[in-house]
Amino acid sequence: MTIEIKTLKVEPRRQTFGHVARRLGADKPASRYDEATMDVQATANFHYKPLWDAEFWHYDERRTAIRMRDWYALRDPRQFYYASYNIARAAQHQGTERNFDFVEKRGLLALLDPAWRETVEGYLLPLRHMEWGANMNCANMCDRGYGTAVTAPAMFAAGDHLGMAQIVGRIGLALDGNSGASLDAAKQRWMEAPDWQELRRLTEDSLVIGDWFEQFVAQHLAIDGMLYPLVYGRFDAAGQALGGTAVSMLTGFMTEWHAEHGRWVDAVVKTAAAESAENRALLGGWLGAWSRRAAAAFAPLAAAVLGPEAGADAIAETAAAIRARAVRLGLDPLAA
Amino acid sequence: MNAINKLGLKQRYALLTNGLDWEPSYQPKSAIFPYAEFEGIKIRDWSKWEDPFRLTMDSYWKYQAEKERKLYAVLDSFAQNNGQTGLSNARYVNAAKLFLTGITPAEYQAHRGFAHVGRHIPGVGPRIAAQMQSLDELRHAQTQIHTLSHYNRFFDGFHEFSHMHDRVWYLSVPKSFFDDARTAGPFEYFIAIGFAFEYVLTNLLFVPFMSGAAYNGDLATVTFGFSAQSDESRHMTLGIEVIKFLLEQHPDNLPIVQKWVDKWFWRGHRVLGLVAMMMDYMLPKKIMSWREAWDIYFTQAGGALFADLARYGLRPPKYADVATAEAEHLSHQNWSVFYQYTQAAAFHTWLPTPGEMDWLSEKYPNSFDQHYRPRFEMWAEMERDGKRFYNNALPQLCTVCQIPMAYTEPGDPTTICFRHSEHKGDRYHFCSDGCKDIFDGEPEKYSQSWLPVHQIFQGNCGGASMEEVLAWYRLNPGADNMDQAGSPDQAMWDQWMRMRDRVAG
Amino acid sequence: MSRTVSITLQNTDDARPIIEAITEDNPGATVHSYPGIVKIDREGSLTVHRASVETRLGRDWDPQEIHLSLVSMAGNLDEDDDYFRLAWAH
Repeated sequence: MTIEIKTLKVEPRRQTFGHVARRLGADKPASRYDEATMDVQATANFHYKPLWDAEFWHYDERRTAIRMRDWYALRDPRQFYYASYNIARAAQHQGTERNFDFVEKRGLLALLDPAWRETVEGYLLPLRHMEWGANMNCANMCDRGYGTAVTAPAMFAAGDHLGMAQIVGRIGLALDGNSGASLDAAKQRWMEAPDWQELRRLTEDSLVIGDWFEQFVAQHLAIDGMLYPLVYGRFDAAGQALGGTAVSMLTGFMTEWHAEHGRWVDAVVKTAAAESAENRALLGGWLGAWSRRAAAAFAPLAAAVLGPEAGADAIAETAAAIRARAVRLGLDPLAA
Repeated sequence: MNAINKLGLKQRYALLTNGLDWEPSYQPKSAIFPYAEFEGIKIRDWSKWEDPFRLTMDSYWKYQAEKERKLYAVLDSFAQNNGQTGLSNARYVNAAKLFLTGITPAEYQAHRGFAHVGRHIPGVGPRIAAQMQSLDELRHAQTQIHTLSHYNRFFDGFHEFSHMHDRVWYLSVPKSFFDDARTAGPFEYFIAIGFAFEYVLTNLLFVPFMSGAAYNGDLATVTFGFSAQSDESRHMTLGIEVIKFLLEQHPDNLPIVQKWVDKWFWRGHRVLGLVAMMMDYMLPKKIMSWREAWDIYFTQAGGALFADLARYGLRPPKYADVATAEAEHLSHQNWSVFYQYTQAAAFHTWLPTPGEMDWLSEKYPNSFDQHYRPRFEMWAEMERDGKRFYNNALPQLCTVCQIPMAYTEPGDPTTICFRHSEHKGDRYHFCSDGCKDIFDGEPEKYSQSWLPVHQIFQGNCGGASMEEVLAWYRLNPGADNMDQAGSPDQAMWDQWMRMRDRVAG
Repeated sequence: MSRTVSITLQNTDDARPIIEAITEDNPGATVHSYPGIVKIDREGSLTVHRASVETRLGRDWDPQEIHLSLVSMAGNLDEDDDYFRLAWAH
């Protein structure tokens, strides 16, 4: 059989699908990312207007004010398709799993300074609800977005935020001996504690943003851009002297994730901004409004964790980083 | 440090999932979940939802990554070894063409639809399950594209699957089915796809057909098929849990759910007519007939299911008896349509061989010899006389299922079934009582249908001639369409087989 | 009315110990083989026991691993740490 196949000359008649070849400019072998992504979403001849939103088709470019000549210009530099996404996340989570094992077997969370442990429970555990809000926003971007290039990674990001909400939940269970009491307390903080109310308001307001691209900017650049550096950078650093290494190990996923996810977010925003002055103005305006809100919303928590002065400094530093990022992406720094 | 209690699967899942939602106070709940009420579904307590699988996201990544590693290893080796040369017969590939152009884009639609439901159903458990299903459906679309990409390199008919799905006449059958579900409210979508399609009907698509792919030497397709099916079993379970949950939550939900079950069963039955034809006519080596598959997966499995659901007052879908009676005729009538319109289809057709006709007689003792064998024998004679039969008149389409009007009256396989309704002064035509009922239930919706034949007549499909329409489809005449005999596909296959014989010497 | 529950598994090396455990632990189960798959039917209910699969595999086995081999099923599902069960209520 093997000999047979080796000597049998079979010549391909074409290398890839027509729509992929037109994008590559020639009929040549295409990557799995390109074949799995390009022109996969339907674009024409829809049958019925949605009962839930008859103003638009269910795939409709007009659901955002951003205009693109070609929505497939918004490529994912990670080239994620389903298999490569899941294999990457499974490997990443294996590391997290090993860290949970290590920390739990050696009782490393017991080494947390008692006051810092309370601080950690206060700033970290309620974030599972904020992650869940982010999950809903990403599912919404997949629902309302246009073109597989941007909607598929949005759904991957929804899965990521659920995964991170559950990592935070597991840290709570590791802290409370699997009773769930710490998660109940965290939910109460999320609902009632003054430090959290502007964050909850920010999250709820982000859930009702009508323009999915505005939501993309609000969530990925403004909210995530504040949350991850602040919580997993500045807060985490403050805990190192107080036995917080175990917490860093258990939240390593988030730091790694935010860096990788940022490459996708940057590519999308940069490409959309380069498309037109109108896009650039919209993106800059959205980022400015939402990042100012995010900075204000995180300020009480930063003050509670780091102290008033260091807290204000951390917020200012993170906000400056977002402005610098906006410049790199071609947005107006004053707007941001 | 507290003593650690070991957590069971159910408890752990509940702790990590159930409390994620909260009662909003800065935005009204109705602004966050704007589509939760317009369909009339009443939910008293979302916390009563019990997720059947309890997959946390980390387990999801782990198991899905393992499935993908296995699947892509098979795909790579299939491509490296030119696995397509090991197929039972080149005709088989046409079933794969119909799969990529008709079903893969539908998987993609399911992905986006479950993203919508996964955002908008106001209960954390079903929302997570819907999101995972959204990811799974993307998986199915992408793995199917990757699997069939190898066939596309050698065979015609695959190369414009996405463009064709939006335009070609018979592909508007699955497209309109999914457009219909996508444009429905979130609960109807859940019942349409999660229950009627996944639970009641998907087995018919994936289990016997994929087993047939294995039997015909298509190791790549059978691997994605069964690998996808491992997700489908999760979806089926979700579908059944949703229906039980809605029926348990409020008695007012029963008539709404019953109407959806009736509608989507019939919609699904019509779409699966394509699969009936794939099984009975397109698999060179047959595995079981459509009729047998229908008996196992609908009559038996569906029977047990609806007996179980009777405790909630739900009855089996309306016209299930008609569908069961149609199983005697469906594949033959569909294949006859495609044979007559082979010039306008992006896959090849042929007449069943005498041996295949004997198999069909045996499997369909009540219908084949009486109604279909004579027709195929007449067409075979016309082919021998050089007068191959083509139908050059554009067919009338059913406004709902969009299939040409070729189905016969229940109980009378010699009379074509025509139904119609009036709506705002216009007359709409249907192939069956099932489709007419669906139209009458929502005439505003179905009067919008983008009917391919109407669109051709209105000049929206590239022009009035067959050549212009085919060009608009991006269908290569003489390569993608017409009979298998004489096609470039067949010529290439024959050459491979001759070379293989020489090598085997 | 039929009360048949059913599970269909891939006919692979990974699934074989599960298939064996099911047929051993569920008297009266009928096994149908088709190309690539095995369909097991039983009246009323059908259970896959973790312990029974572990004995055959010689290692720990999580019932969630069944997802790697599962093709189809019919019946209401109950899954826990130690079993995977399909049943009809009627």
